[in-house]
Amino acid sequence: MTAEIIVVTSGKGGVGKTTTSASLATGLAMAGKKTAVIDFDVGLRNLDLIMGCERRVVYDFVNVVHGEATLKQSLIKDKRHDNLYVLAASQTRDKDALTQEGVEKVLEGLSEDGFDYVVCDSPAGIEKGAHLAMYFADHAVVVVNPEVSSVRDSDRILGLLASKTRRAERGEGPVTQHLLLTRYNPARVAIGEMLSVKDVEEILGIEVVGVIPESENVLTASNNGIPVIVDADSHAGQAYSDTVARILGEERPLRFIDVPRKGFLQRVFGG
Amino acid sequence: MGILDFLKRKPEATATVARERLRIIVAQERSTRGAPDYLPMMRNELLEVIKKYIHVDLDAININFERDSGHEILELSVTLPEGKQTARNESGSEAKTG
Repeated sequence: MTAEIIVVTSGKGGVGKTTTSASLATGLAMAGKKTAVIDFDVGLRNLDLIMGCERRVVYDFVNVVHGEATLKQSLIKDKRHDNLYVLAASQTRDKDALTQEGVEKVLEGLSEDGFDYVVCDSPAGIEKGAHLAMYFADHAVVVVNPEVSSVRDSDRILGLLASKTRRAERGEGPVTQHLLLTRYNPARVAIGEMLSVKDVEEILGIEVVGVIPESENVLTASNNGIPVIVDADSHAGQAYSDTVARILGEERPLRFIDVPRKGFLQRVFGG
Repeated sequence: MGILDFLKRKPEATATVARERLRIIVAQERSTRGAPDYLPMMRNELLEVIKKYIHVDLDAININFERDSGHEILELSVTLPEGKQTARNESGSEAKTG
């Protein structure tokens, strides 16, 4: 049994890759899958903070790649979910510290340890780190904001997924692409200030796997070091839960993509 | 949105502008995806050569790169302007001085 490798990528920075990686990995673990989430952003470690395990990092991804620590020593077990583990990026090494062979060895090791899913949190850009994060992927979650530069960059990434991955090179069938629209603001879409779900789907020629509404709960969650998916009361958390279910093959309708209906008095007098 | 907002607001659908701009740039970038890196440079150099003889701009040169199973096709088309053309050197209007 080999682990399914999911890369979370985007090209552009700041669109919500790490937030998504944390919630996706947590959601998979909540669904009973043994999951590891790896931070590929060497030099700019951040996943540990979003997962709330920053003070428990002893060994990191680069240590394992270089044989300075075992996988077992380096995997940080999540406090809340039994089958969830984090592999932090190195904060001190330079970004060339990762090698393709090293990454492959780590992924194979996780498969041998019985992991069902490995979520690879890609750094921004299309340099080596981003390339290595996507190279071994079976699935890709392409995170996109309803904004011109993010949409353009995600198209570039979709092109790279179709050509610069092991699956593409070996002709093993394409990497399954999932488009995730984050920071969506239905009110601004309604008044023509923001690209709609349909606009983004049409431009990129691919359907969304989920839409995460812009939400203050995302910042609250990162402040607390608890992935927002754990916050089952928040719309963002619920939207992430739906997304994980869809990635696992379940069909669920999109939620939180329309402006909440207002009552008659509210509509007349505003508010 | 209340009555006051409704009266004040002049709808300005910038999302439509964004959508059209993205449609064009994404289509353009996809058409050259996977093509060799030297294509844009080659296009510019070809333009320089063609310009010596005909007055055309960059839009008139179309480079298409297709990859079929086993072989690659580089297709180059130049749209010539209408009317009788004279070599630019002969016309003398923009002859190089250096």
